Amino acid sequence: MSERPRLAVIGAGPAGLAATLAAAGRGVPVTLVDSGTAAGGQFYRQPAAELRARRPQALHHQWRTWERLRDGLHDHVKAGAVRHLTDHHVWFVERLPDGFTVHALLGPEQEDPATVHADAVLLATGGYEHVLPFPGWTLPGVLTAGGAQAMLKGTLTVPGRTAVVAGTGPLLLPVATGLAAAGVELAALVESADPRAFVRQSRALVSQPGKLGEGAAYAGQLLRRRVRTLFRHTVVEAHGTDRVEAVTLAALDADGRVRPGTGRRIACDTLAVSHGMQPHTDLAESLGCRLDGPRVHVDDEQRTDVPGVWAAGEPTGIGGSALALAEGHIAGLSAAARLLGTEADPGEWATAAKSRTRQREFAAGLDRVYRPPAHWTEQVADDTVLCRCEEVTAGAVREAVDELGAGDLRTVKLLTRAGMGWCQGRMCGPAVAGLAGCRLTPSRRPFARPVPLGVLAQEPDRPTERGSS
Amino acid sequence: MSSPLDLADAHPGPAFTVTLDGREIEALPGQTVAAALWTAGVTSWRTTRGEGRPRGVFCGIGVCFDCLVTVNDRSGQRACLVPVTPGDVIRTQEGTGCDE
Repeated sequence: MSERPRLAVIGAGPAGLAATLAAAGRGVPVTLVDSGTAAGGQFYRQPAAELRARRPQALHHQWRTWERLRDGLHDHVKAGAVRHLTDHHVWFVERLPDGFTVHALLGPEQEDPATVHADAVLLATGGYEHVLPFPGWTLPGVLTAGGAQAMLKGTLTVPGRTAVVAGTGPLLLPVATGLAAAGVELAALVESADPRAFVRQSRALVSQPGKLGEGAAYAGQLLRRRVRTLFRHTVVEAHGTDRVEAVTLAALDADGRVRPGTGRRIACDTLAVSHGMQPHTDLAESLGCRLDGPRVHVDDEQRTDVPGVWAAGEPTGIGGSALALAEGHIAGLSAAARLLGTEADPGEWATAAKSRTRQREFAAGLDRVYRPPAHWTEQVADDTVLCRCEEVTAGAVREAVDELGAGDLRTVKLLTRAGMGWCQGRMCGPAVAGLAGCRLTPSRRPFARPVPLGVLAQEPDRPTERGSS
Repeated sequence: MSSPLDLADAHPGPAFTVTLDGREIEALPGQTVAAALWTAGVTSWRTTRGEGRPRGVFCGIGVCFDCLVTVNDRSGQRACLVPVTPGDVIRTQEGTGCDE
């Protein structure tokens, strides 16, 4: 067959788009496989086309970068250099003697299969938020900060009228300002980090003055809107019967413990909460890629240790969109060189490599600043549900740990069902690890998402197409 | 009072009608089921299998499966992913949604 070697990029966020443009720019045909209805991923999530938004940039920052990515993709698709498959939810990447088969489910229903064959695969699957539990966190109206932002960006809707934004991390500020701009009254922004930690990390953080400026601009917007911002505070409980009606906040001491007597109740109908991000590593895990802790191990060229598999963006370590762009660019150029049978030349991506180094240092600095309260488990009552799918309480997990001797996520799961439900432990994993006092280890699930039995049954007869949908 | 539609200067096509548990609500082209329900002031549309507790959107990006809903007799749909279409019959999903 004379067709040129093809690259499959999985994920059309900043990393996947940068990789696609880099590889296609070198003449490598690319199939961009993405679960979204349009490119952008979570960071550049766009309002649905039918909403006909004339000013989507009001919901975003770094809009020019998005325009460059969007227009670049459009040009490559038009020229036939890139196939962009939307609404393709990838559940497995299969390694074959002559390349890879990417297995996906089509559309929001995710019942019908599609496959894509490629000679190399680039994983740009992004990340998802984790939320640590507290009493009341399963009430409707309590949602992830990123979820509130995704609904706002994608559907131009907001969850309620009065919100508290809480937790820790660089996501809280843009979520709070976004909700406020969209007409939601912000009752409070609650950040568990200690402002003095920013000073201690000043060397790592000043390496990115642009990013600090971004943060300062958000903070200024909140100040202008007179939003009450509380550092070294945490939400200890959400109240309500069928939906959240109020939250209780409390101050934290220097050790990260709730200070007794500091609780105060604030009325709200929405609590947007986040305690950080987790890399999506399922596809890398089932391909057998080496992981370093929660992240996919990559070399300087963004290659995993499985030949023919690259990774970029959040899967290789949470670092945000600028890092994802740099990593995606490097991964795309490296993959293109290998597929074209040439030696990759790091000189070609020297600028991106410098940016990658700086962004990784910045992300490491942020990681040391933004921390959930050290003793958050003390606030989790025995009747608090930890595993939202299987309704397993903290008491049941504690019993498995303290009385039955469970010391890891898998044993807790086998004893209690925590992590056995629809979300496959993605939501409760960090919580169970915290209560069990063990590390959050990759679960090495065979499939990245639920797959209908009918799809598995018809697999042997699947049509294997080279990149078509 | 600003709204998200104003913020993004959105001009969607005309609203259409769907039902939630028999009650008519308005939805906009381009909205997901979750977005239409939020706009109608509804925040939960599932009860859990064990305790029968109400749930709605949690992760908003299709990861957590908390927002499961029954749409046109198909249970287990993620409301945050499924687009709403004219005439949709949306029902609160009780338990697994399979024994109705």
